[in-house]
Amino acid sequence: MSKILININGKDYSAEPGKMVLDIAKENGIYIPTLCHYEGIKPQGSCRICTCKIDGRNMTACTTPASHRMVVETNTEELEKIRSTIVELLFAEGNHFCPACERSGNCELQALAYRYKMMVPQFPYIFPSKDLDAENPKILIDHNRCILCKRCIRRKKEPDNPSWFVFKGRGHTTQINVDHELIDKEFNDELAQKAMDTCPVGAIIRKEKGFDVPIGERKYDKNPIGSDIEKGVTL
Amino acid sequence: MDNKQSRNPEFSNNDNCTCECNDLDAILAKYNNDPTRLMDILIDVQMQCGCVSEKAVKVIAKAINYSSVDVVQTLSFYHFFSQTPTGKYTVYLNDSVVAEMMGRDEIAKTFEEEAGCKFGSVSEDGRIGLFNTSCIGMNDQEPSAIINQRVFTKLTTEKVKKIVRGMKNDYDTEDLIGTEVQSNILKQGPILTKDSNLGEAIKKAVTMSPEDVIEEIKQSNLRGRGGAGFPTAMKWRFCRNAEGEKHYVFCNADEGEPGTFKDRVILTDRPQLLFAGMTIAGYAIGSDEGILYLRYEYKYMEKFLEEVLSKLREEGLLGKDVAGEKGFNFDIRIQFGGGAYICGEESALLESAEGKRGEPRDRPPFPVVKGYLQQPTAVNNVETLCAVAKIMHKGAKWYRSLGTLESTGSKLISVSGDCEKPGVYEVEWGFTVNDILELVGAKNVQAVQVGGPSGNCIASNEFNRKLAYEDLSTGGSLIVIGNERDLLKDIVLNFTEFFIEESCGSCVPCRAMTVQYKNKLEKIIRGNGVADDIDQMLQWENVMKSNRCGLGHTAANPIISTIKNFRELYDAKINEDTDFVSEFDLEAAVAESCKTAGRVPNLGGE
Repeated sequence: MSKILININGKDYSAEPGKMVLDIAKENGIYIPTLCHYEGIKPQGSCRICTCKIDGRNMTACTTPASHRMVVETNTEELEKIRSTIVELLFAEGNHFCPACERSGNCELQALAYRYKMMVPQFPYIFPSKDLDAENPKILIDHNRCILCKRCIRRKKEPDNPSWFVFKGRGHTTQINVDHELIDKEFNDELAQKAMDTCPVGAIIRKEKGFDVPIGERKYDKNPIGSDIEKGVTL
Repeated sequence: MDNKQSRNPEFSNNDNCTCECNDLDAILAKYNNDPTRLMDILIDVQMQCGCVSEKAVKVIAKAINYSSVDVVQTLSFYHFFSQTPTGKYTVYLNDSVVAEMMGRDEIAKTFEEEAGCKFGSVSEDGRIGLFNTSCIGMNDQEPSAIINQRVFTKLTTEKVKKIVRGMKNDYDTEDLIGTEVQSNILKQGPILTKDSNLGEAIKKAVTMSPEDVIEEIKQSNLRGRGGAGFPTAMKWRFCRNAEGEKHYVFCNADEGEPGTFKDRVILTDRPQLLFAGMTIAGYAIGSDEGILYLRYEYKYMEKFLEEVLSKLREEGLLGKDVAGEKGFNFDIRIQFGGGAYICGEESALLESAEGKRGEPRDRPPFPVVKGYLQQPTAVNNVETLCAVAKIMHKGAKWYRSLGTLESTGSKLISVSGDCEKPGVYEVEWGFTVNDILELVGAKNVQAVQVGGPSGNCIASNEFNRKLAYEDLSTGGSLIVIGNERDLLKDIVLNFTEFFIEESCGSCVPCRAMTVQYKNKLEKIIRGNGVADDIDQMLQWENVMKSNRCGLGHTAANPIISTIKNFRELYDAKINEDTDFVSEFDLEAAVAESCKTAGRVPNLGGE
């Protein structure tokens, strides 16, 4: 198929038609922040962090396929404000205590909060009462930290297989629900690690193994989120 | 593992489950163990057992090759499904704005006193369950409740006492004292006026080519009546041209917008018109299957609608070779929802119809390309499809002569609230709000909520605006709010809570911001607000606009539109001389510990 032209932040790029705007931007060194997106899983556009102005409308870059002569803005003041507000909403909605979290330094939410220089959310904390589910021998589920991105739900072996993780309830009372019976049966160390890696925050933690890498030497401790894509970013 | 026993007590201790969910095989067989029919399975189990127990979940999961949590995932999304028993008689009392206006609190109190349990719980003997529910489409005859799928309207404390007495005496639901649903059609227009022979509309359509049918609809300039106003002919053309194994016609009858009940009236008073419209749509897009997605609140009309469909089949207007047209086969089935406002959003509706949670889909692809079961699907509103049948019967030219240039035809408006004659009014587009207020006998009007909570709350300076796509667009309702109402507390707060309740929970801004909006509004109502609070709420609107679907986009509208149109009500409540009001009450916070320690708090100061 012939290539198309897409304009991102005032510059033309040639791209494959149908490819998602997020991926085209990434290929060209333009970082668009994401949370619910995970390489290799079908995107779903629920965190709304990757919202861009696409042909004049706010659309999620992870779910919008590129078309010829599409005009995309990724980093206007308005968009950055939307993103930082969403990060703040997530901090206010859950119970995120970074210093005590195994994922600190490897956490995408924390890393985005640093990117947006959040000191304290503009919203009052809700301090919801949430459970810690430690019943499974391999993994621990901390609902306090879950941002409901559905990455664990969507990362199944096969689309038609019974689910390990699902949503339960709706609205602000939605939470991840785990099929313990199935996970007990199917989860080995490798799958447990995979589940933990899939989670952007510290909601899924592998048991019997932790703090392999000391705090201070973790992924985003060294390089801010997105710095592997965009250049010229410093902490 | 020893802790496995405690994990799911319901599993290990099945005698907790008192329902008769042993007979699930018949239900599962009825739907061929098909996971895409999970909604129907859950509805039948819920109706048979009064809940979908852990035991039932396990049986269903096994039959449709899901894990148990997959079943719970769908089940827990819908308001009318429950994992715990909801009582032999399950009362769902409407708690929407107009129900409150019409004295719902008194009714709720009487229910609680008579039944001996609080709302949100079941009486000790398991007989009566009391639950709140969002608008049930009876705003013109509130207070109303649904009890075991039957609707009880115009409730009084006397009636409630009789109803509860009946329940205590094991009456059949049908034998409980109650007032039947009224249609209250108070003004008929081109859609509601009865025609002698609707079969003619279908017969006329099938003598034309499908393309010509679409062209005729295009000439009529018909636009979707759900609220968005998308041209119907364009939707059909996209759908017809999309490739797929099968095409589907959906009628969106998930009329959940509080204050709207005109589809309910069409469904009970002009169902033939609607089904004719669906059949014509099927012919136009090349479909042999139509699905009426009906909200669970309207379950009471199921038997009646099935009878209408049977009669149409007998008359040859549904089924094989419809209206004598060789090769045009078309039939309609009813798909019920399970109680979720969001399923009125077309892609959420399709998800729900496939047995899943009603979460809106990402677009593109649009339903006309990949809809129900990933096949091309035209989803149309009830009223739109009725207009289709009329246009085929009387012609595009006739239709175009009605309404305004940009908004052709008529609009059914559900009017409720503080007025003398609540009911359904069919007016041509172009009527002003004032015209309607006069028709319904509304005096001393403070505000009019146009198009439900997701619409606009307007003040008298806008009552001269026209109902039309180009001016004041509406999905079909006006709620009249009288001068004596506390707009922020009685109306805006209720609407905001409604959106919190009905958000699917997928998009962050919709899920989390609605809660922040409510907290902020309550802060202002309590008298703790400062000027900056109002500015913040206005600024947050931009973030709401980044949500995926219409619910998320409009969930802040009750607050935003009243800040814009009734700013003085907010200003009157805020503290002008300060930019910070502490909400923290130190004395209250330390009260308990002081009591425990037997000390008098030292709060500083004098």
